[in-house]
Amino acid sequence: MSERTIIDARGSFCPGPLMELIARLKFAQVGEEFEVLSTDKGSASDIPEWLNKVGHQLIDTREEGGVWHIALKKMK
Amino acid sequence: MASKISIVVVSGERERLQMAAMIASVGAVSGDEVSVFLSMNALQHFRKDAKDAAPPEGPFGKLLEQKKAPPFKQLFQNAVELGDAKIRPCSMAVDVLGVKQGDLEPWVGEPMGLTKFLSDAHGGQVWSF
Repeated sequence: MSERTIIDARGSFCPGPLMELIARLKFAQVGEEFEVLSTDKGSASDIPEWLNKVGHQLIDTREEGGVWHIALKKMK
Repeated sequence: MASKISIVVVSGERERLQMAAMIASVGAVSGDEVSVFLSMNALQHFRKDAKDAAPPEGPFGKLLEQKKAPPFKQLFQNAVELGDAKIRPCSMAVDVLGVKQGDLEPWVGEPMGLTKFLSDAHGGQVWSF
């Protein structure tokens, strides 16, 4: 597994975690991987929806003790 | 799938400003062409020297403040900087409020008249808050 950059958006509400992710993706290289941490359940479903819409790859999502981990790869 | 989203914001209340900012930011970063038109009580909040947070309309507005919801101005700025949204003040509201060039946040564009806004909005989604 290549190294993933963690984006800690715990405590923020929708669409805060998505905006934090996008701000980071803007300056990232294609192929870079990120893992967003969110305590906002809405973001856990909304971020994958956004990735699908704009064409980045969702690697996986999992929940651990009330924190969602959304792993993804920048594709373009 | 990109579409055109025009948002008219007239309310000065926090919940409405928040919802408008959420739609503007998420729409803009999803590839939609977003245009926001600020008028009436909304405009005052976009002055650089606006100190007071927008007053809540109801209990949810108070929760927005207590919890860590992203501030609406930050979301509008995200819409512009991350999604190329255009945020323009209504030229009538600018005149009535006596706003000078440079008084508004730097990510707010030049004043715009209704005729131009309506022709730009033609054929797309229009939301109002």
